Amino acid sequence: MARIIASVNCSHVPAIGAAWDLGKSQTPYWAPVFNGFDFSRKWIAAIKPDVIILVYNDHASAFSLEIIPTFALGCAAEFAPADEGWGPRPVPVVKGHPVLAAHVAQSVILDEFDLTIVNRMDVDHGLTVPLTLMFGQPQEWPCRIIPLAVNVVQYPPPTGNRCYHFGQAIRRAVESFPEDLRVVVFGTGGMSHQLQGKRAGLINREFDTRFLDELSRNPREVAKIPFIEYVREAGSEGIELVMWLIARGALDERVREVYRFYHVPASNTALGHLILENEATSSGLTP
Amino acid sequence: MLPDAFDDIPGTTLFNAERSRQGYHLNMFCMSLMKAENRNAFKADEAAYLQKFPMTQEQREAVLKRDWGRMIELGGNIYFLSKLFSTDGLSFQHVAATMTGLTQEQYAQMMLHGGRSVQGNRSKSEQKGSG
Repeated sequence: MARIIASVNCSHVPAIGAAWDLGKSQTPYWAPVFNGFDFSRKWIAAIKPDVIILVYNDHASAFSLEIIPTFALGCAAEFAPADEGWGPRPVPVVKGHPVLAAHVAQSVILDEFDLTIVNRMDVDHGLTVPLTLMFGQPQEWPCRIIPLAVNVVQYPPPTGNRCYHFGQAIRRAVESFPEDLRVVVFGTGGMSHQLQGKRAGLINREFDTRFLDELSRNPREVAKIPFIEYVREAGSEGIELVMWLIARGALDERVREVYRFYHVPASNTALGHLILENEATSSGLTP
Repeated sequence: MLPDAFDDIPGTTLFNAERSRQGYHLNMFCMSLMKAENRNAFKADEAAYLQKFPMTQEQREAVLKRDWGRMIELGGNIYFLSKLFSTDGLSFQHVAATMTGLTQEQYAQMMLHGGRSVQGNRSKSEQKGSG
């Protein structure tokens, strides 16, 4: 059967993609960011997932104000990089896994999570930047990727608690798929940042550190953080952190923190990165 | 519509259903700039291009002046506005800086020094108390 073996959390700052695409990854400003993923690239090459379920938010690219799905699962065979105003990123087309995606959709809907099925969707920096950080620039992404877009643009986004339980439903769905597949769930976005208004530039290292600490150990407590606290403490765009809870919900209660990286600034944002493995089936890999 | 406590957070606009309605055509104009031919048409004659979208005159003026803070006040959302400033070749950091009243250099330095502290920025009541 298919199994979820690990989660990867990381920020998806668009400037990281631009820095990589423009060959600036080893400039003094960006080198610490990319070097912070050196171990992560080795780790993911070693554990070789067959499929990544990549939780991210669309930034007004595939979804405008015409349609705003709370949870949208990409069930297509391919997803093209979106043109976000400066041309599409020069990264490989994302190859999906339509059979597993359809199974997950069916399973979670019968499990009472009424997600939206999407068969045509361009994917923006929210999805492609984490892939760049974890894989560099291959000719093709080394595994199948199922996009799962979460609305965090128009209030209200789903609660952290809902996201956590949704992650658990995704796990049940994956584990009822008969084919032997190694699945990693990515939960992306965050950490503290605010892109608008007089309070733009807000960073809260204490909140972020506590979030990283507690996500591994006490995810049920993290799931209780209300919307207002994310906005107040982590900035208006820090609300993206609810997506980390989907990935966390897909793992066991007991996890091993394989790797952590935190860096300020990446443009306007505190970049956070966390790799967790189920303790029972941990690879044992360490930095 | 707004959670009451939200109004107490300084310098922050919540993009809720009400603002989404107010800014619908402004944001959909921004969205149109995801196509290269639309970007070219906009750059060729900005005012004429804006007439294609049933925005308010205030919204059109804010676009023409690239008054990002005003666009947010008029229902713009930062991720939609990003299509406009990407068309201009500007970064999120550039636009964020203009909304704070800092110069680009000051804002970049603030970020390099760990960003804007949450201390004193959690609530308006806290700001009054400390002021």
